[in-house]
Amino acid sequence: MIIEHPLLGPRDAAEFTYLGDARLIDRPDWQSETAAHDFFEYGYLRDNPAGWHQELWFHEAGDRSWLVITRNTVTHEISKVELARDVARSRGRSK
Amino acid sequence: MHDLKTITALGGSEPRTDTFPHITISENDGLALASVAARLGSEDECNKHMQDLLGAVPAPGQAVLGEPESGFWMGPDQWMIEAPKETHELLADDLKDRFTGCASVTEQSGAWVCFDLVGAGMEDVTERLCAVPIRKMQTLEARRTIIHQLGCFVIRHTGADHLRVIGPRASAGTLHHALMTAAESTA
Repeated sequence: MIIEHPLLGPRDAAEFTYLGDARLIDRPDWQSETAAHDFFEYGYLRDNPAGWHQELWFHEAGDRSWLVITRNTVTHEISKVELARDVARSRGRSK
Repeated sequence: MHDLKTITALGGSEPRTDTFPHITISENDGLALASVAARLGSEDECNKHMQDLLGAVPAPGQAVLGEPESGFWMGPDQWMIEAPKETHELLADDLKDRFTGCASVTEQSGAWVCFDLVGAGMEDVTERLCAVPIRKMQTLEARRTIIHQLGCFVIRHTGADHLRVIGPRASAGTLHHALMTAAESTA
């Protein structure tokens, strides 16, 4: 599998480490009334789709950036690769 | 007062050089290193200081040779700065003053060992060491890669057959062994 790194171009998947669902970026609000329940879901519950999935990958043997990769779990086709920090910022994190 | 003597990363009193007909592997003990990481919101200011320091901001995957400081890109908004140890032993302190709070500066001289590979066989040796496309790499391209299970930076220096390898100092012996094995197998 080749991952098209947004800064460094095509790189072999062996250079990367897989973390999992990119929803880890959306940390719940700890002050919310339902915080305990939200954090339980955030910590333990994941969808397991057969199809398109947004996931976090770490470029361990490269520039050590975190990426959000949109990958089809059935075909391993990759449709989109973004820097995780750009995704987080676009959702209002790390202003 | 103790009479202490410094030793090189490989443990000698002088840097080690190994010469083969096709390549010379020399331990480079003369580098001071410091990393610079732009702080959140200060990226533009940090770039300006980097421009002043090196003459250009190293782009992704690139190195910039300056006088006396050089630098290469390590990751988004992160760079490593090199300078001669002889004149810049306090490189990190100097950079900290220069970047005045817009970047986090960390001393790196004690963390890395540097080997210079020079000779006609450099590309053959590099191909056996790591998965960088060395024959496609232009002068002053820098990449992080894995050599012998160790995370290293490789920089194609000026001069057609000069590769600089910067690897973890605590594993200098292991890295040197890997370089020697690759050199012997291509001799």
